[in-house]
Amino acid sequence: MRRFILIAVPFIWLMALFLVPFAIVLKISLSDIALSIPPYTPQLDLTEGWAGIKAFFAELDFENYVFLTQDQLYWKAYVSSLQIALISTILTLLVGYPIAYGMAQAPDEWRATLLLLVILPFWTSFLIRVYSWMGILSNEGFLNQFLLWTGLISTPLVILNTNTAVYIGIVYTYLPFMILPIYAALEKMDGSLLEAAEDLGCSRLTAFWLVTIPLSKSGIIAGCFLVFIPALGEFVIPSLLGGSDTLMIGKVLWEEFFSNRDWPVASAVAVILLLILIIPIVLFQRNEQKQREMDQ
Amino acid sequence: MAQTVFAPWDDPQAKPLIQFKNVTKRFGDFTAIENLTQDIYEREFFALLGPSGCGKTTLMRMLAGFENTSEGQILIAGQDMANVPPNKRAVNMMFQSYALFPHLSIWENIAFGLKREGKPKDQIAARVDEMLRLTRLEKFAMRKPHQISGGQRQRVALARSLAKAPKLLLLDEPLGALDKKLRQDTQFELMDIQEKTGTTFVIVTHDQEEAMTVSSRVAVMDEGQIIQVATPAQIYEAPNSVYVADFIGDVNIIDGVATPEGDAYHIAWAEGQAPFTAKTATRFSEGQRCYLAIRPEKVGISADRPADMANAVQGQIIDIAYLGNISTYHVKLANGQMMKAQTANTRRLSRRSFTWEDRVWLSWTDTAAVVLEN
Ligand SMILES: Nc1ncnc2c1ncn2[C@@H]1O[C@H](COP(=O)(O)OP(=O)(O)O)[C@@H](O)[C@H]1O
Ligand SMILES: [Mg+2]
Repeated sequence: MRRFILIAVPFIWLMALFLVPFAIVLKISLSDIALSIPPYTPQLDLTEGWAGIKAFFAELDFENYVFLTQDQLYWKAYVSSLQIALISTILTLLVGYPIAYGMAQAPDEWRATLLLLVILPFWTSFLIRVYSWMGILSNEGFLNQFLLWTGLISTPLVILNTNTAVYIGIVYTYLPFMILPIYAALEKMDGSLLEAAEDLGCSRLTAFWLVTIPLSKSGIIAGCFLVFIPALGEFVIPSLLGGSDTLMIGKVLWEEFFSNRDWPVASAVAVILLLILIIPIVLFQRNEQKQREMDQ
Repeated sequence: MAQTVFAPWDDPQAKPLIQFKNVTKRFGDFTAIENLTQDIYEREFFALLGPSGCGKTTLMRMLAGFENTSEGQILIAGQDMANVPPNKRAVNMMFQSYALFPHLSIWENIAFGLKREGKPKDQIAARVDEMLRLTRLEKFAMRKPHQISGGQRQRVALARSLAKAPKLLLLDEPLGALDKKLRQDTQFELMDIQEKTGTTFVIVTHDQEEAMTVSSRVAVMDEGQIIQVATPAQIYEAPNSVYVADFIGDVNIIDGVATPEGDAYHIAWAEGQAPFTAKTATRFSEGQRCYLAIRPEKVGISADRPADMANAVQGQIIDIAYLGNISTYHVKLANGQMMKAQTANTRRLSRRSFTWEDRVWLSWTDTAAVVLEN
């Protein structure tokens, strides 16, 4: 009985916060657009009893999904999102790994402070931070002013409203998600392993490559998924920092919902996005599972 | 050809493999090794013995190249090691913590050093298999370190450090986690490997029996210094200080005052008691403080005063420790001092001559005890 309750709590949590909303979205994606509130049909009418339910299900179809395959916009947006998410993940890894490594090497009494500094940006609103990047990256922004002042450039660089700005925004926003798992993996690594590797003939660099990197692999994988998964559906950063040619599925989704008020198509877009995300999420879970087994 | 005794340290011509020259190692303002000078010769099995924290591991780490000396020099085969990194030394170390690579299988762990040398694949495989056989780990070759027991891990660490057949092998408490039987087997295997390969071993151990079994010489350390270096027999029979005598084996220490008497000394040890007689090469002046160190097995125990012994003293049996092959009697002397006497149990227990509370005579010859200054 106790066990049942213990399992029931997360189960109910999952039901209420994931499965029920998902079922609703799935249902909307199978409906048709309508000029009503809410803007789709059919609505489930339980007063008609069994016949009503039957009529309700008869009206659901996959039209919206078919539509997604017909308009190039959608699959281009998916591919472009995947590409942007992938490149940003790699960039975040390249920036985050050295930071995590440096933190793990730092003296013990410094580590808590460094960790705090990594988390510190979360204390202000995400939206404000993205807005401030607009101030930094715009043509008259701090970055251009600084570069002009140093004489490195003579005309301002156009960064804002390009994909470059989107990359900068994503790397900046998700960097802590990359640093923390890598740091956790590096921090528990036994320093004598590197000595053993050197003792057996490795140079510092080969020891890093053959011991440090493999031992932080689980952290790298976790960090990459933690960046890739939210970056794929990212909406705020491409809207605020990206240009008109920045095509990301999050932005498309938003426009379908709020500009076109086409909830059924928007829901279909969301369902497909979720299906795409299931693959990396499952891989991520497997990585975590494997790591737990190793730690025992 | 007559078998010559292996004792390069007595040969002024012999070139030492390792030379510590006035080596001092400080961590901050803590001195871990203090002005240490010591030679170790090729093919030696050199044991470092000492209490925890006396600097044994630090000494090994300096040999392996993980720590620099604060002062002084370390030479290996005549070459100053000051700027030679660990991977450029023909030295391998077995770490006290084993330091096995958790992401690699046992097989890959052992092959790790060989692969760095760029040897052909089949040679590596042959060598790894040989090491697996030696350490009886064949069955576990494909497991990861976290899937085997502590003792097995220790053997993997040993196999890994042996695999490259280094000139100098450093073993930091290599056999601590093994049970007694396997430990003895491994000790003999180590000696065997040493004979076959001619590798020089420096071994840290807590276990003095192990040090006595395997080593050519034993160094007893205390607080960053080597107190005495000698063969196991010399260390046992002729310790140079109370510290060493006490550290190696069981010993009775009697505190007294020396008076020269012919070619021996009389040592007054308690008021109203006849002094003990002991012969020693060390010179003591009249009235100098000294310590008698007598091994329990050199003390005879009898019901009556033996006529022909230089020293005899009466006491009462307080305790008897029965150890199977031997028994140790704890005897209280007139001044309250406790002394231990050991006898071999050649008779059945039921026919033992003495029991608790018995008054007995303890006796030993005038050469049985070592007279020490400090
Ligand atoms: N890296 C270090 N920093 C500071 N003190 C150290 C360091 N390594 C060893 N010590 C100190 O040096 C002393 C000798 O240590 P060690 O050589 O490990 O002793 P052991 O004989 O037990 O192997 C100990 O008191 C230890 O605390
Ligand atoms: Mg140690």
